[in-house]
Amino acid sequence: MVRPPRGHAGAGELIVLAVDVEKELGTFKLAVRLEAAGGVTALFGPSGAGKTTVVNMIAGLLQPDRGSIVLGDKVLFDAAAGINVPPHRRHIGYVFQEDRLFPHLSVRQNLDYGRRMSGRPRDPDDFARIIALLDIGHLLERRPRLLSGGERQRVAVGRALLMRPGLLLLDEPLASLDAGRKREILPYLVRLRDDARVPMVYVSHTAAELRRIATKVVRLDAGYVVAAGGLELLDRVDADALG
Amino acid sequence: MFDLSPTEWTAVLLSLRIALVATAFALPFGIAIGWLLARKEFWGKTLLDGLVYLPLVLPPVVTGYLLLISFGKKGPIGAFLADHFGIVFSFRWTGAALSCGIMGFPLMVRPIRLALEAIDRRLEEAAGTLGAGRFLVFLTITLPLALPGIIAGAVLCFARALGEFGATITFVSNIPGETQTISAAIYTLMQIPGGDAAAGRLVLFAIILALAALVVSEWFARRAGMRVQGN
Repeated sequence: MVRPPRGHAGAGELIVLAVDVEKELGTFKLAVRLEAAGGVTALFGPSGAGKTTVVNMIAGLLQPDRGSIVLGDKVLFDAAAGINVPPHRRHIGYVFQEDRLFPHLSVRQNLDYGRRMSGRPRDPDDFARIIALLDIGHLLERRPRLLSGGERQRVAVGRALLMRPGLLLLDEPLASLDAGRKREILPYLVRLRDDARVPMVYVSHTAAELRRIATKVVRLDAGYVVAAGGLELLDRVDADALG
Repeated sequence: MFDLSPTEWTAVLLSLRIALVATAFALPFGIAIGWLLARKEFWGKTLLDGLVYLPLVLPPVVTGYLLLISFGKKGPIGAFLADHFGIVFSFRWTGAALSCGIMGFPLMVRPIRLALEAIDRRLEEAAGTLGAGRFLVFLTITLPLALPGIIAGAVLCFARALGEFGATITFVSNIPGETQTISAAIYTLMQIPGGDAAAGRLVLFAIILALAALVVSEWFARRAGMRVQGN
């Protein structure tokens, strides 16, 4: 069995997520090795770099050809050992580019979906804390269709958080929003980083956005990790006129 | 106007029972086949597709005849079911329900299949990441989102079953109180001198029944549609 590298990330934090995967999709080849600790790990790179492919593999929506994915002390995927935990048993929250709220359920039922599926008893304190954090208390009885883009994305974040994930994946959560809405949501995400204590992997191709939220940066290009480190990686790319 | 004779009432109630039972039994199969056709690629899919629509294009008498030789007392399936489970179709109302269900089946499968094809699969993916296994995703996301199509399919099947004549009369004959539906009763009355008035009453009743079914289904479909669109 492949033992993923364990140890300590730059700031002396424990590794939460260890990814070492390869995948071929047509002519596109991806080979990514990355580690994430607590805080927000940014997956940064131009469109087509394979960022969404990587998070889909972490979430279990896409199966790598080779390699392993380990979250905490749980092996989620190991090609050699034949381990592939299905998405619904990975306990990984996923905020998609589009909100993907369930149109036939109210906001409250959307938020409650993860708890219901896992059969956990209600936890009013947890619920109240997260709707306060995201400021969505006044939307609970509405249907997703009647919400603004920013409200919808906040509900989507809340829905992912309320399933009590061991890791939260955010794939360009602001991409579908206009500049005003982006400014509206970003503070909530920063608050989330500081309050919720859920490690996050945050995909974006916008350096300015990541500078506000990321604690660690992994730069992807054409299916490969080209650099990993601190926020200074964002500056260099700006100088390259990317992002 | 509604002073139907006991025989006529029997035909009306029997028709309703047959159509309801036919629809109820066809529904799980309709959803399963609709799902297979909408979601899966497999060897023989084109064949299954054709087979499902066969009752729609075959002369009903042919369908009835095929049912008779396969589900009749001496038919291979009919004999097996009678011997092992005590289920008898030939010349029983259950046989009428079977033929009505089969005749209505293509009309049921099509809207269900279309509704399933129209569902955004990414919502099911999202449900998966929220901890719902495949069956729970189907139950809580797929099925509710396909509900308008399922209702439409059930209503079409019910309507077809209510009016079915050719296959039913070929398969289980025209026995008052057992297999004589409204259609068969009207047909019989028209053969009898002086039966025109009774036939007319039944015709009127058939029209009312059909309209009522339409109104009820419209109401259901609108409600389900609104739910799915999130109003």
